[in-house]
Amino acid sequence: MKDFSFGSYYPTVSFVHKMNASVKILLCIAYIVAVFLVQSFYFLGFAACFLFVIIASIFSRVPFFRVLKSVKGILFFIIFSAILQVLFNKEGTPLWENGFITDVGLLTAAFIVVRITLVVLGSSLLTLTTSPVELADGIEILLYPLKWIKFPVHEFALIMSIALRFIPTLLDETDRIIKAQKARGADFESGNIFKRAKALIPVLIPLLISSFNRADDLADAMDSRCYGKSKNRTRYKKQTVGIRDVTGFVFTAGLIVGVIFLNGVLGVAV
Amino acid sequence: MSILTAENVSFSYDKKTDALSGVSFSVEKGEYVSIIGHNGSGKSTLARLFNGLIKPDKGEITVCGYSSLDKKNLFEIRKRIGVVFQNPDNQLVASIVEDDVAFGPENLGIPRKEIGERIEFALKAVGMENYRFSSPSRLSGGQKQRIAIAGVLALKPQIIVLDESTSMLDPKGRKEITGIVRKLNEEEKTTVISVTHFMEETVFADKIIVLNDGKVFMQGTPSEIFSQRETLKKIGLEVPYSTFLAEKLKEKGVPNKGEILTPEALAEAICELK
Repeated sequence: MKDFSFGSYYPTVSFVHKMNASVKILLCIAYIVAVFLVQSFYFLGFAACFLFVIIASIFSRVPFFRVLKSVKGILFFIIFSAILQVLFNKEGTPLWENGFITDVGLLTAAFIVVRITLVVLGSSLLTLTTSPVELADGIEILLYPLKWIKFPVHEFALIMSIALRFIPTLLDETDRIIKAQKARGADFESGNIFKRAKALIPVLIPLLISSFNRADDLADAMDSRCYGKSKNRTRYKKQTVGIRDVTGFVFTAGLIVGVIFLNGVLGVAV
Repeated sequence: MSILTAENVSFSYDKKTDALSGVSFSVEKGEYVSIIGHNGSGKSTLARLFNGLIKPDKGEITVCGYSSLDKKNLFEIRKRIGVVFQNPDNQLVASIVEDDVAFGPENLGIPRKEIGERIEFALKAVGMENYRFSSPSRLSGGQKQRIAIAGVLALKPQIIVLDESTSMLDPKGRKEITGIVRKLNEEEKTTVISVTHFMEETVFADKIIVLNDGKVFMQGTPSEIFSQRETLKKIGLEVPYSTFLAEKLKEKGVPNKGEILTPEALAEAICELK
C-alpha cells in the first residue's frame, strides 16, 4: 500500500481547510484576477496580494515554506519568461549605448516574475488546503449551471472522482508489473533515453489491458448497485456555505478593491 | 413462493458452446445456498444472470416475482439482489469509505438523512464503523471486501450474492467475510447465495448446488452432497478435509457417527470414543 497523496494536499484542520471547496475555487480565481489587475510598476498592488497570501496561509495552518515550495515546480518557466523579456523587449532606453537590454525590459521581467510567483502561491494554497475529492466535488457544483446546456455534469464529476480513486490502485499495479518484468530479466535502468522508453512498453501494455478489465468490472459493480436506473438520484455529501466562506469572500473582495485603489492613486500605467 | 428461481436457463457467450444449459433450481427466502463447481463450470455466469447483467438465451430467471428478461424490471431486481464481486479493488467507486457505501442509496434516490443511517447500519454490520472516513486504498483486501459488502447492504437487499468474493483474500480475510455473511443470514434473515470453490465455505449452507459443464450436477444439503465423495471426485471436486479425514478414519476402523463436515464436529466425534 503506497502512501499516496495527489497534488500537494496538506492534511490538517484549519479555518481555510474547513471552507467550502466551491467557494475556495471561486475565491482563488478572484485572487488571480486581482493579481492581473495590478498595473503599477511600484509593486504596491503586488505587496497587497502578497500580504493576502501570507494571511491566508496563516489561517490555513500550512507552514509558509510549503507554500513557497510550490514555486519550485515552475521555477524554470519563470526564469525562462524573464530572460525572454530581458532579451527581446525593445521599449525604453538601452542601459548602455547600442545595447539590447533596456530599462523597461528589466522592469517588465521583474514584473512578470512577481506576477507568476503570486499566482502560483495563491493557487497552491487552494490545492494545499483542499483534498482532490473535495476539489472534484467543488468543481461539480460550479459546473452545475452547464446542466442547462445539457452538459452531463454529474457524469463528468463521477469520472473525475473515479480517476482519483484509481490512481493508487494503478500505481500499485505498475509497481507489480515492473517487478514481474524485472524478475524475467527486463532492464529499465541502463541505456539511453530511447532505450529506456522502449523498455517501458512491456509495462504499459499489461497496465493498459488490466485497466480495461478493471473498467469492465467496475461497470458491472456500478450497474449492480443500481447506477443510472433512477432519474432522481440524491446526494449524500452536504455542501454548505458558512460564516468562514463569507469571511473569505469579504477578505478577497477587499483585496480586489485595494488593488484597484492602488492602481488609481499611483496612476502609473504600463 | 421462492424468492429466486432459475427455469431451464441456458446461456452462451459465443453462440457455439453453452456456458450454461438447462439449469433449473429455486432459492427460498432466508436460505443460505452455496453454488460450487470447478473453473469453467458456469458458476460465475450464473451469478451475472441473477441480477440481469446478462440475459439468459433460453429460460427465465425470476427474482421476487420480477423476470430479468424485461429490461424495465432490472431496477426492481437490482434493488432486491446485491452482488459482491471477486476483486475488492474493482468494485469500490469512491476514495472515501463513507462515500462508497453511500453510492447505492444515492442511486436509489434515498433522502440524505436516511443515507446517513444506512451507512451507519451497513458499516456496523461488517464491523468497519471505525473506518468511515478512511480511504479504501489503505485497507487490506479483506477490509476492502467488507466495505464492498457494506455498499451492497446499504441498498437493503433481500438477497446477497457472493460471486467468488473470497477467492482473492488470504485465509484470515476469507474467514472474516464468511463470518459476516453467516451472521447476516442468521440475524437479518438475508437470503445468501454464495458462489465459491472453497468447500469449507459451503458446509454451513442449507443447500448446495453443484455445477458441472454448465449443468446442475447435484443438489442437496451439505451432508447429502459430501457423502458422495467418489462422485464429486469424478468432476474434480474434493470434499472438506474433515469429511475426508473422518472417512479415512472409518476405513481404518475408528468409528464415527453421522456426516462430519467441520473440524469441530470431527473433534467431537473422536472425543465420544472411549
